[in-house]
Amino acid sequence: MKLKTALLGAAASLALAPMALADAHEGERGRDGEVKIIYWQAPSILNPYLSGGTKELEAASLIIEPLARYDTDGNLVAWLAEEVPTVANGGVSEDLKTITWKLKPGLVWSDGTPLTSEDVKFSWEYCTAEGGGCAQGEKYLDVVSVDTPDELTAVVNFSVAKPFPYGPFVGAQAPIIQKAQFADCMGPKAPECTDENFGPIGTGPFVVTDFRTNDVFTAVANENYREAGKPAFASVTFKGGGDAAAAGRAVHETGEYDYAWNLQLAPDVLAGMAEAGLGQNVAAFGTSVERILLNQTNVDPALGDQRGVIGNPHPFLTDKSVRQAMSMAIDRALLTEIGYGEFGRLTCNVLPAPAIFASDANDSCLVQDIEGAKGVLEAAGWTDTDGDGFRDKDGIKLSVLYQTSTNAVRQDYQALIKQWWEEIGVETELRNIDASVFFGSDPGSPDTFQKFFADVEMFTNNFDGTDPEAYMAGWTCDQAPQPSNQWQGNNMPRFCSEEYDALRAEMAVTGDINERARLAKAMNDILMQEYIILPLTHRGRNSAHAVSLGGVALNVWDSELWNIADWYRIPG
Amino acid sequence: MTDLTNVEMEVVEKPRSQWRDVWDQFKTHKGAVAGLSFLIFITLFAAVGPFLWDVDPGRLDIRNKDVRPIYMGLFDSSAKVSWANPMGTDNLGRDIMANIMQGGRISLAVGWTAMVLAVVLGTTIGVLAGYFKRLDGLLMRFTDLVLALPLLPLLLVMMLLFRDPLRAAFGPETGIFLLIVAGIGITSWMQTARIVRGDVMALKEREFVLAARSIGTPARRMITRHLLPNVLSPIMVSATLGLATAIITESALSFLGLGFPSDFPTWGKILFDSVDRMTSFPERVIWPGLAISLTVLAVNYIGDGLRDALDPRIRGH
Repeated sequence: MKLKTALLGAAASLALAPMALADAHEGERGRDGEVKIIYWQAPSILNPYLSGGTKELEAASLIIEPLARYDTDGNLVAWLAEEVPTVANGGVSEDLKTITWKLKPGLVWSDGTPLTSEDVKFSWEYCTAEGGGCAQGEKYLDVVSVDTPDELTAVVNFSVAKPFPYGPFVGAQAPIIQKAQFADCMGPKAPECTDENFGPIGTGPFVVTDFRTNDVFTAVANENYREAGKPAFASVTFKGGGDAAAAGRAVHETGEYDYAWNLQLAPDVLAGMAEAGLGQNVAAFGTSVERILLNQTNVDPALGDQRGVIGNPHPFLTDKSVRQAMSMAIDRALLTEIGYGEFGRLTCNVLPAPAIFASDANDSCLVQDIEGAKGVLEAAGWTDTDGDGFRDKDGIKLSVLYQTSTNAVRQDYQALIKQWWEEIGVETELRNIDASVFFGSDPGSPDTFQKFFADVEMFTNNFDGTDPEAYMAGWTCDQAPQPSNQWQGNNMPRFCSEEYDALRAEMAVTGDINERARLAKAMNDILMQEYIILPLTHRGRNSAHAVSLGGVALNVWDSELWNIADWYRIPG
Repeated sequence: MTDLTNVEMEVVEKPRSQWRDVWDQFKTHKGAVAGLSFLIFITLFAAVGPFLWDVDPGRLDIRNKDVRPIYMGLFDSSAKVSWANPMGTDNLGRDIMANIMQGGRISLAVGWTAMVLAVVLGTTIGVLAGYFKRLDGLLMRFTDLVLALPLLPLLLVMMLLFRDPLRAAFGPETGIFLLIVAGIGITSWMQTARIVRGDVMALKEREFVLAARSIGTPARRMITRHLLPNVLSPIMVSATLGLATAIITESALSFLGLGFPSDFPTWGKILFDSVDRMTSFPERVIWPGLAISLTVLAVNYIGDGLRDALDPRIRGH
């Protein structure tokens, strides 16, 4: 009895400990002065509907908020809504065609006026207005109407059954904006409303006071914020620009800033910075995977405007044994250790997370097998007949052009992979392209990652939120970037499989989560076992904050600044 | 008697070539001699070095990464040093000495070729504009036009247009080399042209030119015999500056991903790659940095010495 009581007491004190800590930093609003944040890419606007950039989304998340958002584990949590609607609680209709959101009662905008379901409806109208080029249009896909039966209820109607109805008004990409402020900024007039776009009125913990585009903005605590005693900081200075190394030093070594975003630096460099003792690195794992894509179309410049067009198959990357050998030759453990250290994990999947979607059928890729790779090529008839050190067959030499963006870690990856590929007899030519060109969407440039005018390319991609349907739909036949669709689409390798397309179609009408997981894994396994995509590293997002800044919970599923209302200064 | 005098006269008046005079004067400039010695040294280091130091600069050896230069063993007995890598290795285990040799080959070759191209273009345009009044307006407005062209966007466009044809014709390395040399060369001749034109216009009014013209010297002779030797010194000076600029421009281009492929070392690229780890491994920045700055300084001193040596008023007798 005594022991049990003691254990219970210990358990209770453990459970209470975080609460006690939380109590220690509660107090009146604005008690902790200023917090300084540095993003090495500067926000150009504070309206996420007019920009697809992460920097704008995250900057805006200080000010405007969605109905629900994702927490650090990728779970949906109610934000402006009272609860997350589900089929179980009656918020989502049985036919999966309507979702009913209930707002928390008593919410007000920072100007003191009440937030109503009209504002929710307006946010949808704003983004889908005719002639308005909304950057987040896909969030509102298939929405036919939003009804507002009363001030606190918004009902979203979809034209089709939506197994995952949490697109509209969820996450940093689809926040609620004020109808009174943006009513005159619909459609083509949206980009002209400079004052509104630079200083939206929101429900978030901060209110913009001064916004200088592509440079810096300042904000002060929102006096009308719904939670008493929050935010702890009276003001925010949000500085943009510079590079990752400078941002890292500003937090770790000089202490000028409290928070630095996305420090894409080699692990030994970050560790060296952290030795100064002013800051600490934090990492969290989302869905980002550094991957190699193998082009299935011929991109020989001699083809002119037929380059990369489906119907001109690649001379040797269409041979599965070549792709398999190229995958087997890669030592993923070594790459990850050198490039990302503790901020990277090994993976053999292009869909590594959330856990229920991660397949374990491909784990053999974790071990490098140079001899095995040579054997695969030999068996397929690729031998070095002309004695130049590289394999060939029927007059076709295994020689690849390997492109990626300019980034120190990527160039290290390129150097290592080139060495392994040349060891198995595949000649490799490296090319690196400035990131703004490579990831730019200029249809006139031949160097974009979507045109993929190279044999092999490498970059990182991920998906927002936790549902992989849209992400996996990116590798269906009709998603291949082609001249006919102005080189848009996510199927850069221009892979096409009927089996894959069938699985994708099945997923679009499947509501059960376990069944969706099975389909997503099966699609992932097709891509992996056909060696169209060679995953290299499951990358964490890493940021740094000053040791004196408390409450930071790095979130890869939503804005990194999602819980800035809970941030506080650790005394001392 | 008279015979004897003649012999004596011949001993004193032993004919001396002009270039010998220039060399004698050049030798008195200590900086220029030091610069020339360094330039010869660095050229030999880059050109002959790889035959003596037979290590592949691109070979990765992960187990031997982050080796410090051999002299670190003197200050810090725990430092990881090895005689196999006297200047150390980088974060992927590539030998730094082999990289600096290979990088020097590219950097020097780009620098010299682009400089020669720029000087030839600049001098030709400058002399023509200065000497022939009819061409002056046209050529100088053309110079203004090229001056207004920004180098980086221009190179971007050149890359788009010519990279694939050049790569197909000459292979990736030679193709890019030609492209970069042409890019730097045709965007850096303008200063030379302006200076040469000004000098030629001033010289045209001088008495010796008038004298030469009055005996009927044709324009071609006038330029090669009377004008060019007299504008040699400003050309030399802009050539030395041009060499420095070319090396530095190439470094910037490589950094932006417009230059050579990433596995193709140049001094500028080694420098840029090492900046992130500058505090832990200062030698990786110091070596290529020293190579670039000393080469530029040496060439500047040589230019200075040559200017003095080529000017008959300073050379004197």
